[in-house]
Amino acid sequence: MNTPAILKRRPTYQAPRWNEPVIMEMGVPGRRGILFPGADADADALVPAAARRAAPPALPELSEPEVFRHYLKLSQMTLGMTGISLFGTCTMKYHTPAAEQAALRPEMTELHPCQHESTLQGALEILHNFDLILRELSGMDQFVFQAGGGADAAYTNVCVTRGYFAARGELEQRNEIITSIQSHPCSPATAAAGGFKVITLTLDEKGYPSLEQLKAALSNRTAALMINNPDDMGIYNPEIKEWVRLVHEAGALCFYDHANFNGVMGKIRARELGFDSCMFMLHKTFGAPKGGGGPAVGAYGVREHLIPFLPGPIVAKENGAYTLKTGAQTVGKVREFWGNVPQVMKAYAWARAMGAEGIREASDISVLANNYMDMRLKRIDGVEMSNPHINAWRMEMTRWGLGPLKEQTGVSTFDVQNRMTDFGIDAYWTSHEPWVAPEPFTPEAGEMYGKEDLDAWIDVLAQICDEARENPDFVKSAPHNGAVGKLDVSTMDDPAKWATTWRAFQRKWGGK
Amino acid sequence: MTANAPVAHPWMANSVPELKRQMLEAIGASSIEELFQQIPEDHRYRAALNLPPTLSSEQELKRHLVQTLAKNQDCEKNLSFLGAGCWQHHVPSVCDEIYRRTEWLHSVFGSPSSDHGRNQAWFEFASQMGELVGMEFVGLPVYSWGCAIGHATRMAARITGRREILVPKLICPERLSVLRNYCEPTAMRGHIDIVEVGFDAATGRLDLDDLRAKISERTAVVYVETPSYLGVIEDKGKAIADIAHAKGALFMAGVDPISLGVLAPPADYGADIVVGTTQTLGMHMNCGGGVGGFIATRDEERFAREYNTLNISIGRTNREGEYAFGLSLFHQSSYGMREEGKDWTGNSVYMWAVVNAVYMALLGPQGFRDVGRLILSRCHAAAKELAALPGVKLRFPAGFFKEFVVDFSATGRTVAQINDALRAKGIFGGKDLSADFPWFGQSALYCVTEIHTPDDIARLRAALAEVLAR
Repeated sequence: MNTPAILKRRPTYQAPRWNEPVIMEMGVPGRRGILFPGADADADALVPAAARRAAPPALPELSEPEVFRHYLKLSQMTLGMTGISLFGTCTMKYHTPAAEQAALRPEMTELHPCQHESTLQGALEILHNFDLILRELSGMDQFVFQAGGGADAAYTNVCVTRGYFAARGELEQRNEIITSIQSHPCSPATAAAGGFKVITLTLDEKGYPSLEQLKAALSNRTAALMINNPDDMGIYNPEIKEWVRLVHEAGALCFYDHANFNGVMGKIRARELGFDSCMFMLHKTFGAPKGGGGPAVGAYGVREHLIPFLPGPIVAKENGAYTLKTGAQTVGKVREFWGNVPQVMKAYAWARAMGAEGIREASDISVLANNYMDMRLKRIDGVEMSNPHINAWRMEMTRWGLGPLKEQTGVSTFDVQNRMTDFGIDAYWTSHEPWVAPEPFTPEAGEMYGKEDLDAWIDVLAQICDEARENPDFVKSAPHNGAVGKLDVSTMDDPAKWATTWRAFQRKWGGK
Repeated sequence: MTANAPVAHPWMANSVPELKRQMLEAIGASSIEELFQQIPEDHRYRAALNLPPTLSSEQELKRHLVQTLAKNQDCEKNLSFLGAGCWQHHVPSVCDEIYRRTEWLHSVFGSPSSDHGRNQAWFEFASQMGELVGMEFVGLPVYSWGCAIGHATRMAARITGRREILVPKLICPERLSVLRNYCEPTAMRGHIDIVEVGFDAATGRLDLDDLRAKISERTAVVYVETPSYLGVIEDKGKAIADIAHAKGALFMAGVDPISLGVLAPPADYGADIVVGTTQTLGMHMNCGGGVGGFIATRDEERFAREYNTLNISIGRTNREGEYAFGLSLFHQSSYGMREEGKDWTGNSVYMWAVVNAVYMALLGPQGFRDVGRLILSRCHAAAKELAALPGVKLRFPAGFFKEFVVDFSATGRTVAQINDALRAKGIFGGKDLSADFPWFGQSALYCVTEIHTPDDIARLRAALAEVLAR
């Protein structure tokens, strides 16, 4: 089967350039975008005099179609996943409109979480049945969806860790959490925000921290290990079972950050590896839309011994009906109510449509496609693979670097990232801090895009590396085909210039 | 195609066997299984996954979802008076239509140029919110109002070097529970004390004498909500700010921004930090999944440099006269500094900030005034109707917005009994307060917004009269 010539075409792209003003500049006094039924004439008197608003807010005054068209234009000036998005660490999925349409039905949008349980049986059924799916995929005994994102699930784990050790009278003693330099920043950050001291293990030549390093870090002060596996470089730590054994031997808990689940779905389970808890990102791995950063859900799952400490409520099925329960030793809430319920439904829809076979195949394809990309990327002058000495197939993503290209041409990974968007390719992910590979980029093929798209992505990167050698300034001044030109980032961290609101911009820049 | 050929999954372009073969051949591997060589065999889970049957066609999936959702009773078909942190407001159709635009609904992270439109919408969210609350620095949303209080409290503790927050005794129990986690247990190094300040029994407002008694040089921040969890409008904001500032503490106000067309912006009465919900600005309740929170302050470095949020700043591009929008103060987040960063940052409810921006732009100054006046009219009319029923009284009879406490103690019925009876008539009664606020007896928190018509209110009164007469 040969790829038809039409699909070998290099993508070209020109973003809409609406030159759309900031909405604060738009409008005419007296225009109205919405009307409400009339209020009582004496309504103002219902507010105590001292609490009344004196001057109206300086909001724009626009007609309804003007507002509608303004935001339509802004949506069009958003590339998102319309082109090819191989955004590493986010395991981007196809998100079916079938699930989105269902989520916009009033039987979902117009539900209040304080309604009587008997009126919420459909929503509770979805939460419970998706809980069962995640239990099967992880081996955990209970999931809760309250956390508003992956990082918030890591934070939930920190709260549960505190609750667990407080109940054992060990919380003052166990004040350390261990993680690795290749864990997501949210692991050390939430551990620190939860009051723990953070111990960060570094990588050795095998691409993951040594057992000796872990052993040296463990003590009766250790509360938990928070770790991902594989990491963002595509390296799987084959000693993880021994890690978990040693952490448990020290009396601490093990949390599995399953952000990188795509490569191991159906292949391994947190339970069999010995973990006490884990988390999945439903807005990434499970096909709910990412929305540029949420509404997100960090599905947090635990083994039986941690269930009493979970933030409540959790959904249970009793006598054929679904009910909400909160454990006696609950750590309390991490966010109001039960989580982003529509997103949980979309994740449930994804899992049902994929099924066991589809989920296994998705991880197969993700790993195959990543190694296919690795094979082609290795041939591009200017790029280098992380851990080049490790001769093993990588997992679902690989950390790459443009260090050689930077040395050859002065063109940075941010320049290349910008230039790639000129082809309608979503800006790639570089790397979390710290950068262990110079000028990093982290493509993740995933299972959604076809081989033609992967080839196009690589072809574009190769072309840009050539461009960088021929005309570095052209790449450095990219994007050229975007909705706007290249942002001058020098003002972003300058207190005299940064402006997160229009009123700050008016004051600092004089509106210019 | 033969009858037994594997069927390609519609969401996986590379599930065509020939493509897998081509890629395996290209990399020189004999099988996909070989690619998993890094995982030791004793780590592998070889059992079959016991998942429910695959719904491989969209028509099966859709029917299943619709049928499951049909088991819910929603607040569109029923008449609901539930609020308490998640409120039913009119969601303009333009908000829904803009929300579902795939371009940004499916956006990942992007760059200031490639996802320019979304970044601009985010800036417009912050800009309009800034106008409503009277502040110049607004971060992108956090997970919820409670989470906003939590992060802002930790900001205040870092700014002042003090480790105590004063909160009203009548704070929302859910938000207080969230805050307790952010303030850490006493065993932890970062513990912040939470001290409750009493309320005036007649008005439900903060007891200023109790505030003066409890505030000290240990206090980092005084937190007040207006309207409060129980709907009470706080009219002593300026006095509270003065009391806080006199002790060197910050003053944080929690607000529902839909009230800010008629209620004073917190900056006017001396707030240093403003937090609140974003759900009321065009978001559906979504079974509580619609909640979101914001943090706003003056644009001063001592505040700006303590934000944990993603922040979007306007700036200039390399083209003449053109704006673009990028991340500001990103390095101080956990993405930049890991455990040394400000709390933590991650995906939140950023898509809904776009919806909030649309909502605020549709309303404009007059729309906020109109909706505020309408809510005031309707909730006070409803309160008056209910208070006319025998044995029913209002805990705080004046000075409330959108929500009010209805005390049924003298009827001899519990709120649970009343709500069961109302539900049989297609009405969801107010949130039962009897467990969380036992000193109010059998009281319920009723929420009446712009969506409630005079007929709805009459229907509630008639239903309650019938239920209570039984």
